[in-house]
Amino acid sequence: MPQFAIIAVSILFDGLAYAMFLFITSVGLSVTMGLMGFVNLAHGAFAMAGGYIVVSLTRDLGIGFVPSLLIAAVLVGLISVVFERGLYRRLYKATDLEQVLLTIGLAFMAIATATYFYGPIPKSVPLPLWLQGDINLGFRSFPSYRAFLIVLGIALISVLWYAFERTNIGAKIRAAVDNRRMAESVGINVDLLFTLTFALGSALAALGGGLAIQLFGLSPSFAVLYLVLFLIVVAVGGLGSLKGTLLAALVIGVIDTGGKYLYAEAGGFFIYAITIVVLLIKPAGFYGRE
Amino acid sequence: MTAALQVQDLNRSFGALNVTRDVTMTLERGARCALIGPNGAGKTTLVNLITGVLRPSSGTVLLNGEDITALSQAVRARRGLARTFQINQLFRGLSVLENICMAIGERDGENNNMWRSAGAKRSVIDEALDHLDSLRLVDDALRLVRELPYGRQRLVEIAIALAQKPRVLLLDEPAAGVPSSESHLILDVVANLDPDIAVLIIEHDMDVVFRFAREIVVLVQGAVFTQGTPKEIMSNEDVRAVYLGQEGHDAVQRGGRHG
Amino acid sequence: MAANDPTGAQSAIVTPVRDAAATAARDRAAEYLVSRHRFRWAEALPWLACIAVFFLFPDRLTFGSQVLVMVLFALSLDLILGYAGIVTLGQAAFFGIGAYTVGLGAARLGWTEPVSGLFAAFFVAALAGFISGWFLLRYRGLTLLMLTLATAIMMQEAGNLGSEFSGGYDGLPGLVFDPLLGRFEYDLYGRTNYVYALVVLAVVFYFVRRIVYSPFGQALTGIRENVRRMHAIGSPVHWRLVTVYTIAAGIAGVAGALFTQTNAYVTLTVFDFENSAKVMVMLILGGTGRLYGAFLGAAVYMIMEDYFSKLSPTFWQFGIGLLLVLAVLFARRGVLGLFEQFGAYFTKEKSKGAKP
Ligand SMILES: Nc1ncnc2c1ncn2[C@@H]1O[C@H](COP(=O)(O)OP(=O)(O)OP(=O)(O)O)[C@@H](O)[C@H]1O
Ligand SMILES: [Mg+2]
Repeated sequence: MPQFAIIAVSILFDGLAYAMFLFITSVGLSVTMGLMGFVNLAHGAFAMAGGYIVVSLTRDLGIGFVPSLLIAAVLVGLISVVFERGLYRRLYKATDLEQVLLTIGLAFMAIATATYFYGPIPKSVPLPLWLQGDINLGFRSFPSYRAFLIVLGIALISVLWYAFERTNIGAKIRAAVDNRRMAESVGINVDLLFTLTFALGSALAALGGGLAIQLFGLSPSFAVLYLVLFLIVVAVGGLGSLKGTLLAALVIGVIDTGGKYLYAEAGGFFIYAITIVVLLIKPAGFYGRE
Repeated sequence: MTAALQVQDLNRSFGALNVTRDVTMTLERGARCALIGPNGAGKTTLVNLITGVLRPSSGTVLLNGEDITALSQAVRARRGLARTFQINQLFRGLSVLENICMAIGERDGENNNMWRSAGAKRSVIDEALDHLDSLRLVDDALRLVRELPYGRQRLVEIAIALAQKPRVLLLDEPAAGVPSSESHLILDVVANLDPDIAVLIIEHDMDVVFRFAREIVVLVQGAVFTQGTPKEIMSNEDVRAVYLGQEGHDAVQRGGRHG
Repeated sequence: MAANDPTGAQSAIVTPVRDAAATAARDRAAEYLVSRHRFRWAEALPWLACIAVFFLFPDRLTFGSQVLVMVLFALSLDLILGYAGIVTLGQAAFFGIGAYTVGLGAARLGWTEPVSGLFAAFFVAALAGFISGWFLLRYRGLTLLMLTLATAIMMQEAGNLGSEFSGGYDGLPGLVFDPLLGRFEYDLYGRTNYVYALVVLAVVFYFVRRIVYSPFGQALTGIRENVRRMHAIGSPVHWRLVTVYTIAAGIAGVAGALFTQTNAYVTLTVFDFENSAKVMVMLILGGTGRLYGAFLGAAVYMIMEDYFSKLSPTFWQFGIGLLLVLAVLFARRGVLGLFEQFGAYFTKEKSKGAKP
């Protein structure tokens, strides 16, 4: 197999794995922002919390990696309800600025808390045997962990797509994203709907945080460092759009990976440039409402 | 003499919904025209199209004979086209006086000045106070708009438009949301507007319409259903059926305010 | 009743006959607008404090200059956020551009004269502000947040890309600048730097104050308060926003330039998201849209940071987060807003007491 083809396949594979992480972590943010127009800069903190819970469960309690992921997602989902009911709710009608400030404040507090308990040094996580090592496909071998990420991502996308497009509650969410007042006037309880999606979105973020440890390591700055990426995925994809989030995650994931393979010095330059271009042409993102 | 405002074959749709359909109408200088029609007929949309908040999908708008269809809202406003909003759009955190000065400043280009102090031009303040005087708002000049009762806020809404010294004034339900005990204040102001200004008023109260207007345009489902003098409209059976019938229906629903 | 009044609302242009009370009311209203921009004695306090610091804390002047730089930076943000209501997460872009204008000028071109460096920084940053503002200020909300954020990070990435020229994250250390005005050498205690920063701040502050109290400044407030109405009364909103964004970018550039000059080094971290967020936090803590909020906020933040982060950076970060949350929930107008509330409360109490 020629060299460039191998590189291309590698970029696609790694990019796809990366895109799955981006999608899983960002999709909740997209739906909640689409529903309430709430700028949630603490979303990365929920992801980070999930990551640290996984670290504790696996390292301190010896629970397996996969069960830990599930527990972390459920825990963070529940905790997020407390924040939504207690704090976020007060600011739905407030300005962007106030929402930005409140959630930056929460993110700072989360980072400090994580530093206090876990220290500033990046953490890793013990993986089960079947997630270590490589899968050999003849011309090149791929890390099993990334393959797992891709499979899991595709499974989650299918489930979410089904829930969003085919179930009653999904239809309600879409109606509320589309036109909140109309949805309320036909008797949809948007408040409750929002709490539910917020919890689900935070749980998915926590899952993403747990999955990210093996990819990037986990340190307290995760909450802000990757937040920018999640926001970009959401903005480029279009608020509240599942399809848009997926497309944006794929574009950003593959391009960022490609940039790092081919032109490492450029760092994140390409994704920021692309973000700016996309938003200038389509201010509401790929599938957002104008 | 060219008309103050001409609208020709104006069309606009939101998705599949045609909100404005082939609307053609004319306001002569000093016109007193009422635009009526059931809720959702597209009256506000028409005002938005005329003032440039919305772009038409086809058709033209002429102000004093000049085609302004391609111009921005702000340029139209500076050429003498003013409007009030159905729902107040005021600087709620500023005083009433500052609200008026803002409009005068934009009209005169004074607001481009970065160096002079905003109170330094006494002429601006005096003119603003004159406007407030004529609407009996001087006592409230220094109060913040958000502290005023809604009826007074509606007056400020009109005062701002007047401070623009418009040649064409579009009033979108100026007394909407004001209790009837206070609405006469607003309607008096409307009745006594400068006779040179061409005025288009959107109003649901038929008494007001027939008292104020010299011509009436009836809009139904985005299209001009009919237009004519109040007498013609009053005696038009179709209008009764389509609009006044609806109005009667509404009145019953609102507890017979008009009945 | 209004309807029976012969002087009634004949037209907006007719001047009605007025009695003495009405004339007095008019004068009072006019006086309020005329007097608003006048110098008030309380305004001297922060400046006197700055001068006092020079004499009272001679060994803390290096830190003092850093505070003054941040005040200037916060002031630039106040102009666009506090007055015009533009929410940006990318003000660090212009700070960084200014910082690198003088940094690269000194390191690569041998342009070591400090005052002309400030002017250069102003113009380069203002140009960047003009160009980016022209494109970005059509948008609002999340889109604008993302665009400004992405612009700042892209500057950083671009700097990293050209790290041979820019020095990358290692920065441009050990910059040497000419003595100030050709006469004043930089001393070990940072005395010269402190006075330099204070004078620059005072000059810029004067300009900003004029702008804020000008009709243009009023129009900015109008845009913040109700942009629809501004369009309707004929305001060239986009143009106004681009203008103030350009000016604010220039001022942020001056702040960045001062930062490089007083530190004699600069690295790409000036473009960090944290830098944009930090200056916003300072401004919010002090109070937006009230000039001295930038002053107070930056000073309080820097002093607290200096003190607490020595004790424990973690607690400091937690504290600042908590402070933000509390500010949003309970003190939406910042520390100065709280003072004003107290002030209003006491004057009300007094006037209550005065009335029999
Ligand atoms: N921005 C918009 N997007 C989609 N539909 C719109 C929009 N603005 C107005 N419409 C629709 O266009 C129609 C006309 O609205 P418009 O506000 O012009 O009516 P109106 O005659 O002013 O009604 P009212 O008497 O209630 O003020 C309505 O059906 C409304 O739902
Ligand atoms: Mg309407």
